[in-house]
Amino acid sequence: MKVLTEERGAKTILTLKDERLDAHNSGELKDRILKLFEDGCRDVVVDLRNVQFIDSSGLGALLSGHKNAMQRSARFALAGLQPRVRSMFELTRLQRVFEIYSGLQEALSE
Amino acid sequence: MCGAPETILNLDIQIPNQTRYLGLIGNIAETIAREIDAGGADRESLAYNLNLVVTEAVTNAIQYGSPSNDQDSVRVLLSYENNDLCVRVFDHGEGFDLASVSVPDADDLRERGRGLFFICALMDSVEYRRTECGNVLEMKKRLL
Repeated sequence: MKVLTEERGAKTILTLKDERLDAHNSGELKDRILKLFEDGCRDVVVDLRNVQFIDSSGLGALLSGHKNAMQRSARFALAGLQPRVRSMFELTRLQRVFEIYSGLQEALSE
Repeated sequence: MCGAPETILNLDIQIPNQTRYLGLIGNIAETIAREIDAGGADRESLAYNLNLVVTEAVTNAIQYGSPSNDQDSVRVLLSYENNDLCVRVFDHGEGFDLASVSVPDADDLRERGRGLFFICALMDSVEYRRTECGNVLEMKKRLL
């Protein structure tokens, strides 16, 4: 999985470079997010602007990140969801669970 | 041949039961959805949704429906006949109960279990049954 990790002040930006997030790479994403929290990150923003396709396992990896953040009283936000990716969150009602921003700048300004 | 169903497309595909092939089979399904004459259907949504349901069904077949042997394969049949787009995905596992699929609750933070929901929500009819060739998950979308 191609991922770019960038520190901006106290925030950590995880930018996914793959267009597909499915059962082939979702396990690796889950591990990478967990590692960020284990390494002490307390404000993680996942930039999904490059992701054109997400399946249930991709949603599961992001849910894992959300739960890890809650356990550590940390922040976990999503940014840049493409319309069809966002519709998968809406179909499963997960847009109510996640902190979602239209773009990265909005997520970083919080 | 009067009265015979008009088959426009019929593909019989076998892929290795490895998740690295999910993109390939999903993109094949997406391409088919873009190419067929889908009447008034929203072709972009249809293409994404077909990619998704095929991806979910093949993932299930890989993870739960095959012996742990990378030499095994997953069989996928894709057809378009009489305005019905039909996907059949075969597996050799213990099977599952479609009746147990429910609308996800926003309070339910379990990481698994939404794949079959996607399939049932996005297709018009879904059946799971045992055949001589193994279990088959049959998913149909009516295109008019």
